[in-house]
Amino acid sequence: MENIRNFSIIAHIDHGKSTLADRLIQHTGVCNERNFQDQLLDNMDIERERGITIKSNAISLPYLARNGQSYILNLIDTPGHVDFSYEVSRSLASCEGVLLLIDAAQGVQAQTLANLYLAMEHNLEIIPIINKIDLPSADVERVLEEIDSELGLDPDTHIKASAKEGTGIEEILEAVVERIPPPTGSGDNPLAALIFDAKYDPYRGTIIHCRVFEGGVKAGDIIRFMYNNSTYKVEEVGHFLLQRAKREKLSAGEVGYIIAGVKTVSDVRTGDTITHQERPCPQPLPGFKEVKPVVFASIYPIASDDYQDLADSLEKYKLNDASFIYEKDSSAALGQGFRCGFLGLLHLDIVQERLEREYDLSIILSVPSVRYRFTLEDGRVLYVDNPTHYPDPAEIDKGEEPYIRASMMMPERYLGAVMKLCMEKRGVNSSMNYTGPGRVELSYEMPLAEVIFDFYDRFKSVTQGYGSFDYNMIDYRESSLVLMDILVNGEKVDALSQIVHRDRARARALLACDRLKDEIPRQMYKIAIQGAIGGEIIARSTISAFRKDVTAKCYGGDITRKRKLLEKQKAGKKRMKMIGSVSIPQSAFLAVLKSDND
Amino acid sequence: MIKNEQAGLYIHVPFCLSKCGYCSFYSVVSPDLIPDFVKAVVREMAFYKPSFVPFKGFDTIYLGGGTPSLLSAKQLDDLLTAARHYFRFDDPGSNHPLRHTGEYPEGHKCRYPENIEITMEVNPGDVSKNYLRDLKAAGVNRLNIGVQSFDDRILKFLGRRHSAKEALAAIDEARNAGFQNIGLDLIYGVSGQDIRLWLKTLEQALSFAPEHLSCYQLSLEEKTPLYKQYSKESLQLPAENEALDFFMNTSKILTDAGLIHYEVSNFARSDSLKSRHNMKYWRHAPYLGLGPAAHSFLDSRRWWNKADVKAYLNEVGGGKKPVDKSESLSAEQLALEALFLSMRTNDGIHLQQYKNRFGADLLVGKKQVIDELMENGLLELKDGRLQPTLAGMAVADSLALM
Repeated sequence: MENIRNFSIIAHIDHGKSTLADRLIQHTGVCNERNFQDQLLDNMDIERERGITIKSNAISLPYLARNGQSYILNLIDTPGHVDFSYEVSRSLASCEGVLLLIDAAQGVQAQTLANLYLAMEHNLEIIPIINKIDLPSADVERVLEEIDSELGLDPDTHIKASAKEGTGIEEILEAVVERIPPPTGSGDNPLAALIFDAKYDPYRGTIIHCRVFEGGVKAGDIIRFMYNNSTYKVEEVGHFLLQRAKREKLSAGEVGYIIAGVKTVSDVRTGDTITHQERPCPQPLPGFKEVKPVVFASIYPIASDDYQDLADSLEKYKLNDASFIYEKDSSAALGQGFRCGFLGLLHLDIVQERLEREYDLSIILSVPSVRYRFTLEDGRVLYVDNPTHYPDPAEIDKGEEPYIRASMMMPERYLGAVMKLCMEKRGVNSSMNYTGPGRVELSYEMPLAEVIFDFYDRFKSVTQGYGSFDYNMIDYRESSLVLMDILVNGEKVDALSQIVHRDRARARALLACDRLKDEIPRQMYKIAIQGAIGGEIIARSTISAFRKDVTAKCYGGDITRKRKLLEKQKAGKKRMKMIGSVSIPQSAFLAVLKSDND
Repeated sequence: MIKNEQAGLYIHVPFCLSKCGYCSFYSVVSPDLIPDFVKAVVREMAFYKPSFVPFKGFDTIYLGGGTPSLLSAKQLDDLLTAARHYFRFDDPGSNHPLRHTGEYPEGHKCRYPENIEITMEVNPGDVSKNYLRDLKAAGVNRLNIGVQSFDDRILKFLGRRHSAKEALAAIDEARNAGFQNIGLDLIYGVSGQDIRLWLKTLEQALSFAPEHLSCYQLSLEEKTPLYKQYSKESLQLPAENEALDFFMNTSKILTDAGLIHYEVSNFARSDSLKSRHNMKYWRHAPYLGLGPAAHSFLDSRRWWNKADVKAYLNEVGGGKKPVDKSESLSAEQLALEALFLSMRTNDGIHLQQYKNRFGADLLVGKKQVIDELMENGLLELKDGRLQPTLAGMAVADSLALM
């Protein structure tokens, strides 16, 4: 155990976490240049394209230190987005130390802080790394100042590095060995292993990623998940090298995997404790909670024939994503579909993109919603995350919506613009804190509904990318809520209905009308688009008809060509949704979700 | 709809003295090949004699091009005589179908029944008094004159080799030669063409009291010289509103003058003066196309010849049908064609016939859209037919996708 180190890299998005992980892996020689694929820990295409890690991952690095001893360094990667902060916390709970990566040009950002706090909560040894020192815009002095003043860390403990150029890598590895404490715990105690991730393997079922704190586990053991007391027989345990590497046993202090015939990742809870059926540990490891989705939207196939395909794909997708939930839903306008719950908007984006890319589905997404709480006249309390289930307004006594506390960091010059945005988003109870010269930390309480609408895009835009943002849920607060519907030529498009704050309804309706006007192609007749609350029209736009499209000549030699052209158009039309007599393309549904200034 | 209709015979004469910039029909500037071509078409007729047997015989012949008026009167006569020999031409007015004799004696001439429509496209630059007289003697009873415009600047822009004056003279000559069914082709919407100039052209055309008028909006077909010229000189076709103006005004002036606007671009003095041959294309009637690039249709099959005179001559010379490709249309494809073709015509589509043919009731399946289209004045329901209004005809392609 003396020769094991468990650590994570934490960083604000784009501060170079994946690149550093790659360098550490290369340096320790787990893989050679030939089979090296950039950013190994980010397995999915989407992760590589977006440059963020969606799900965590782990790898064991053998390292011969300068002191002549061999070590196993377990690098546990963490997801880099606010939607997945609970997963981050479970990964951190599996470590004794972290590398806190800070971009030499950008300095400390909101997630740097949020992650640092998480690491501090777990009493982890923190090694600040100033990355990207090769950049012309690097300002190491300023970052050192921030480490001192904003993070409250000793700037002398930092290491300068450029993961891209490979500088500082050995120093980092030495610091991991020297400064991060070895794990404690005893192999003789009853088994206590923390689940920090789970992946689905079509041949083996669920691969449980865990950190063993006490005791040990081997093939043949009967293990128990403490949150629901389900038991499984262990088939295999091992370490993560580039592939899984089978081992006799996983012991206290080690990080590795367990395969135990668990069918889907949904049977496993991140943060749960694994123990032995026969000799259980007295209590689970601390920090477990069940993550609940906060953003909800319905997914419909564009062609109703594809419903079964969609159902199959969701089932398959769900195998690997325990935090995604779904159930059947149906829409008068869009037919059969599914109501889905997500951890946040990024999570929603990822699910949508993977369904389209990996499962080749064309889908329509309804406007995302948070979960509202309504108290009715008769005292009943309803949670509503689907505008279709909006209660009869006459029966509502009180409506409430979830609030979050948003923490934002930015250069001082953007303060005005951000405050304006937060006010527009109904932010309240602001507090402000100068964390360093010219840098401000701003905090607001805001309705989650405003945040999921287009806050993040606009925040990035008004801070020109220099602002960073993090949030956590706080409570439900009373709010004046209304149901806003969109009508196309008089037909209600229920997938576009939204529950909104009364004061925001008109602006939202206008935006939706404008977006639809831009996206719905002209048709042979005029199309009226209206936003309404109940029977009252609050916004409208009109798409004029096109009036001439016919080809002048159509004789014997033209018919086949013309038919082929029409067949193509017809196929395009099939990918649109008919609402009454109007064909609405998928892009129109998506456009309604987009922010003002894309 | 298909079986009960008589077939049309189309002969594509793929020769021109010069190419017009806008034209995308297949033709070559090598008139020296015409004699071989005529022989080959006659051989091609022989290939189809046993296989192309429409239920009710043929009742139209159409010589299109290219420039059919590059054929000598003798060559034309050879083609018509051969066609008369190889195919069955029923007189639609007669209960006694005529049968060909099986012999084809040299120099023997057999006449066509009077009601067979035999159309020939002619270039105004090619018609002399004698030539017209000989065409008539050979059996041609309908002339389609490629006037295009009465404005020399536009004629030049389009690349026509005749002048406005020649066009006027050609129409007079045709009348003098005794042709009682004359159609004029005109083009509008040329870059920079003022609508008033176009209406003047129309008035001029009307002064000849033609039995038939085809008024085509200029379209830029890819690979034509004009297409390249438009993109190079960034010339523009009329915008949608302007194009609609041209279309609506053309229709108004011609219908006011007593013509029937029976297809997007076609007008006839009376029902019987509609182009019977062209109607076959829009009604899915059978037709046999001979000559390079010609298209044929029978039952649910369509095929077309190689668009290459030399290849055509070689194939036919080698005793083979010069077919380039063929397609068998699925019911779905036929239904789509039936819709977009019929929406081009004022007759529209017969709902019961459509139902019999495709097993689908349009009024049921597309009710909401059809209602909307009727409310918006694009469709009408009349005598069991769903018909495009004038505004509907202007968007006929989209109506087909209703």
